[in-house]
Amino acid sequence: MADDAGRRPGGHIGQPHVRIDGRAKVTGQARYPADEPTTNPAWAYLVISAIARGRIRGMQLEAARAVPGVLDILNHANVGQEVKSPMGPDGKPTTTTLESDRVWHDGQIVAVVVADSFEAAREAAYKVVVDYEAETPSATFDSPGVQAEALKTDATHSYPLKGDAAAAFAAAPVKLDARYETPTQHHNPLELFTTTCVWDGPKLTIYEPTQSMWGLKAAVARQLGLDLVNVRTVSRFAGGGFGGKGAPTSRTAWIAVAARRVKRPVKLVPTRDQGFTIATYRAETQHHIQLGAERSGRLLALSHEGWEISSRPSSYNVSGTTTTARMYACPNIATKVSVVHADRNTPGFMRAPPDTPYMFPLECAMDELAHELGIDPIELRRINDTQTDPVDGKPYSSRSLMKCFDAAAAKFGWARRNPQPGSMRDGDWLVGYGCATSCYPSNIGPATARLSLTPQGKAAIQLAGHEIGTGAYTLMAIVVADRLGLAVEDVQVTMGDSDLPPVPGAGGSNNAASTTNVAAKACEEIRHKLALAAVQAGAGIFAGADPAGLKLADRALVGPGGRREPLATAVSRISSGAIEVHVENVPQGLAPDAAAALYQGKMSMSRGAERKDVTAFAFGAQFVEVRVHRRTCEIRAPRAVSAFAAGTIVNPLAAHSQYQGGAIWGISSALHEATEIDRRVARYVNDNIADYLIPVNADIGEMDVIFVPEEDHRVNPLGIKGIGEIGIVGMNAAVANAVFHATGRRIRKLPIRIEDLL
Amino acid sequence: MRPFRYEHATDRAQALQLATTPTAAAAAAHVAAPVQYLAGGTTLIDLMKIDVMRPEVLVDINALAGQHGEIRADDAGLRLGALVRMADAAAHPAVLRDYPAIAQSLQLAASPQLRNMASLGGNVLQRTRCNYFRDVTYAACNKRSPGSGCAAMEGVNRRLAVLGVSDRCIANYPGDFANALAALGAAVDVEGPKGRRVMAFEDLHRLPGETPHVETNLAPGELITGFSVPAGPWTRRSLYLKIRDRQSYEFALASAAVALDLDGGVVREARVGLGGLSAKPWRSHEAEAALRGKPLTEASAQAAAEAAFAKAVVHGETRFKPELGRRTLVRALLQCAAMEI
Repeated sequence: MADDAGRRPGGHIGQPHVRIDGRAKVTGQARYPADEPTTNPAWAYLVISAIARGRIRGMQLEAARAVPGVLDILNHANVGQEVKSPMGPDGKPTTTTLESDRVWHDGQIVAVVVADSFEAAREAAYKVVVDYEAETPSATFDSPGVQAEALKTDATHSYPLKGDAAAAFAAAPVKLDARYETPTQHHNPLELFTTTCVWDGPKLTIYEPTQSMWGLKAAVARQLGLDLVNVRTVSRFAGGGFGGKGAPTSRTAWIAVAARRVKRPVKLVPTRDQGFTIATYRAETQHHIQLGAERSGRLLALSHEGWEISSRPSSYNVSGTTTTARMYACPNIATKVSVVHADRNTPGFMRAPPDTPYMFPLECAMDELAHELGIDPIELRRINDTQTDPVDGKPYSSRSLMKCFDAAAAKFGWARRNPQPGSMRDGDWLVGYGCATSCYPSNIGPATARLSLTPQGKAAIQLAGHEIGTGAYTLMAIVVADRLGLAVEDVQVTMGDSDLPPVPGAGGSNNAASTTNVAAKACEEIRHKLALAAVQAGAGIFAGADPAGLKLADRALVGPGGRREPLATAVSRISSGAIEVHVENVPQGLAPDAAAALYQGKMSMSRGAERKDVTAFAFGAQFVEVRVHRRTCEIRAPRAVSAFAAGTIVNPLAAHSQYQGGAIWGISSALHEATEIDRRVARYVNDNIADYLIPVNADIGEMDVIFVPEEDHRVNPLGIKGIGEIGIVGMNAAVANAVFHATGRRIRKLPIRIEDLL
Repeated sequence: MRPFRYEHATDRAQALQLATTPTAAAAAAHVAAPVQYLAGGTTLIDLMKIDVMRPEVLVDINALAGQHGEIRADDAGLRLGALVRMADAAAHPAVLRDYPAIAQSLQLAASPQLRNMASLGGNVLQRTRCNYFRDVTYAACNKRSPGSGCAAMEGVNRRLAVLGVSDRCIANYPGDFANALAALGAAVDVEGPKGRRVMAFEDLHRLPGETPHVETNLAPGELITGFSVPAGPWTRRSLYLKIRDRQSYEFALASAAVALDLDGGVVREARVGLGGLSAKPWRSHEAEAALRGKPLTEASAQAAAEAAFAKAVVHGETRFKPELGRRTLVRALLQCAAMEI
């Protein structure tokens, strides 16, 4: 299969296709987890802590219990022993909730009120009085009482060291030494963090939007001491995840316990502000970058040290130095990351978790260095471009970074840029152009699927895949139709249910690579079965032929010279009903039992930065124009151009939307988003989407996306690099660089706000 | 949210009667009365859901639109009924032509959905967006719980006020339309159990002083029925400038409502309102005085801006706001002077 990686003539892969679930979504037919019909559900409402550190001395529940319709109030005193503590996004211990009287962070679940109606549960929750023994919390960096922990290389993160970066920096003719900061951010997907739990004897069904169906299933089974076969998770659609629905959270097990106690299904729809603390977020980061260079622009030294906030018990971190060390040719590299423990909830995955906060300082520093050297920022990247991984010398599976820069620069009109900061104006508006490198590691995991094909030419593929808004159903239909020679409409896709064969969680942009490669493998098994039967048949046009030479196309088995046997004939030879295969795909470099582990809810991943054979990343270049009013300094970004090269693109229509959404989020990340923390009490203050800003339509103007063609035969059989996250990565630095170009002011802390430029 | 009773008034008399109860009359402030009027509901229902307001009775006054839902413009000025929706006032030809500052203050506020629902009477009574006021788990909020303190003073306060604040409260008035009304010297019609009265719009809201929980000079049970904006040679040359982090659907960090009557570049009369950073809808008489009789230039605009913010008081993150406010006013004045009318 490797020799026809990705697209092939006449196939569906690479052709734009509207979403097969689009009509269902826009007509309200698509069933999100909280929409699943349940019989006579009771409603849960969460009581969350109003302090960030301390203990619960007691609770006054009488007034709450007196509210008509209240059925139960779960708290540490009555259910604390009923669940095992959950694990964090990294699979290691994290903050607890009702297991004890300990309060680890602001907004921690401290009680669950269950009532006949949502309204009664909410009213009662407002009447719960919690008596705290408060301790002084530590909010964030520089708060008294935080504890820093230097990280060591583990299975998912490394801290590359090469040569002697300190000495090379000291001796470098040109130096750049700067510190940068990125803020706390929350995903705020439109769909809230709902959970509905239904018991049927020993069997528990959980309807919950998730990016990890089997991960959630295994986590809840462990917490409640249930056999895996007795837990089913259902999430046919998720209303946005962005990483926030990637890891299991505490709430699920408690809703299951509540449903067991009240002997009814229990449904939880938490509030927007509760989503800020009962789920995860992107932690604030700090960075120290040192770049040493020759006057020619060639890098001599790169040092990148990062600090990230986490909770007290969890060392969850993103450690984007794994990426930044691999961007540019450089003989001397030093990286280091520390987690800083504070009295906060545990952070987690958020779109391009390591790369968004860590590429920001590197790409700003490159822009600063270019300015210092008097070299065009694009040319500085070209001078330091490389086709081998600067850390260990492995080849990139493919790297089209400069093609992306050149395509985007041409479309953007970079040549019109006067390099002098503050030199471009339009009336009262200062105009700035900025650019930055974008990248994302190309990850792939083991996956399983079931595929059937009928003589009538109808295929059905089933897998516990995740549609979080990315177009995952359509992706499957396109690949199966392409490989079986059918129309996309002939493929039925069933996903979103843990009763189906497991796939990895939808994260790290692995979904397309993992699920399409297993689907293609399943198609190949069916083709092989049909071909083998055809050549072994006593009669028929392919009797005695080489089965490898038979392909599926246009509803037929097609041989050399274009000889065709209709699909009906070929399939009927094996079955008059349907032929079905169950297939497991374990990508190169993973343990042979990686697929078996999926059935235990354990996921392994071949990570693009850590492969033995090649280093696999998708690359891109992002350009943006900003305008800053010369008096009032509001910052607007009226146009942007992004070019990406990410191997095979299965559905350009969906990919365009993904890239564009990422780029918009990058602008948001640079100019709008920040969770504000009251440092005195370690509490989130703007925990609503009126005050937590994201761009509105009026903030986003022209938004061009360029697909730079790239064929990658090494990354995986279909040549697919994930594209879910790369769109956001370079944009925050591009905006900051454009602000510098517009104003001459270098702002190294995000988001950039009016007051930074007054 | 707590249970409440819903009443529907068919006319003004019935509305006033429903809102006039002994407990209502005894309330410490209009906003604290157990009976509240419900028009668009865009503020009240929101605050009830987050448990900040806990009225026992809501009196739906939408049926009063027949009596108080009219827009009328004549030589004396502009009349706006309290039940006119924001969107309707913003799109009215006379408002657009003769009172652009008012039209723009409405167009730039909230979102189309909210402007379609929100009434003008309710809009001017919109309560602060101070996060500490809006989160009942913060004990210290003198506005919500008199005498409890102010968590915002040393907290996250970037969006709060620098004009008219006291040592009890630095909450800002978040709206836009009211700043234009204040600037243009509007009056507000109020009906209450004791009959009708007319108040200068500038007197409708109170400064926080010692009693930030008493936000207006309305007595419990009183109902705003309309606004009148006097005609003047300055209203056509007027605009509303709103500065914020994003282009739309956000409250102002700073705003200016300005109107100018120019005589060959010299200011005969000026009207200046400020928003986003003031404790109540703000008219700057100081800025107006600084401009009167002066040629409208960068220098005179700057002098007016200095005068407007001479008494600004900053706390923590609001440090940048006097400067942003000055720049906003200068920009608004110069833009207004350049208007072609």
